[in-house]
Amino acid sequence: MSISLFYFVAFLSIFFALLVIFAKNPVHSVLYLIVTFFTFTIHYILLNAQFLAIVNFIVYMGAIMVLFLFVLMLLNLNESQGTSKSAIVKMIGVIAGMCLVITLVGSLKALHVSDPLVLQTQDLGLVKNLGKVLFSKFLLPFEVSSLLLLSAMVGAVLLAKKDIKQA
Amino acid sequence: MENVTQALQGVPLNHYILLSAIIFAIGVIGVLIRRNAIVIFMSIELMLNAVNLLLTAFSVHHNDASGQIFVFFIMALAAAEVAVGLAIIVMIFRNTNSTDVNILNKLKW
Repeated sequence: MSISLFYFVAFLSIFFALLVIFAKNPVHSVLYLIVTFFTFTIHYILLNAQFLAIVNFIVYMGAIMVLFLFVLMLLNLNESQGTSKSAIVKMIGVIAGMCLVITLVGSLKALHVSDPLVLQTQDLGLVKNLGKVLFSKFLLPFEVSSLLLLSAMVGAVLLAKKDIKQA
Repeated sequence: MENVTQALQGVPLNHYILLSAIIFAIGVIGVLIRRNAIVIFMSIELMLNAVNLLLTAFSVHHNDASGQIFVFFIMALAAAEVAVGLAIIVMIFRNTNSTDVNILNKLKW
């Protein structure tokens, strides 16, 4: 156990994230995305954010990815596979992304070298501590997010429903 | 759990920023080069996750739980966003028989 574990997992994250956007088949993209999210879960565990690790595991890898897979299976995208952007557009997109990386890294270089990340209190990311903060300081945003989820549910049902008059 | 978190000791904050920046840029590249609306959606999820990881790292760095609460809210928001977005994609597919974003260029002019 050493800090090389972080670099190994970080390498895996970047590798699978690249596979997500370069895979030809959208189903493969979803599967690679699940692996990417799993590496993110490992990052959260390394940061001792256990609550976030569990939530990331259940919500992202469980719920959201199943939703993506369901929609992909429902749509049956066989005939629309042949189309892709022209090579020059792809090249320009990659160059633009690289420019973004270079800008961010360049601005990072301007910072002085940061201290190593040290966990000051062990129970920072545990459910007990986070629950206390969530239900005292962030009670109103928590309730508002329930309204957001309700409206999203109603909106999704309304959008995906077939028009009754035409059907 | 103790010996797992020992692995954290010694990783500089800059490397977390670097990792998040690279993953975010991969998401941006995915949005730019793909034409399938669902893959574009997945790239947006990648960008959201990069930001989540960085917020958690800063939360540990500052010893403040607010960052992790914020990540929790972003996850709730992402779930709502995915539900509505995929409903829109299903509706588009029903009307045009494709999820290619280049067909949907009527708003461009």
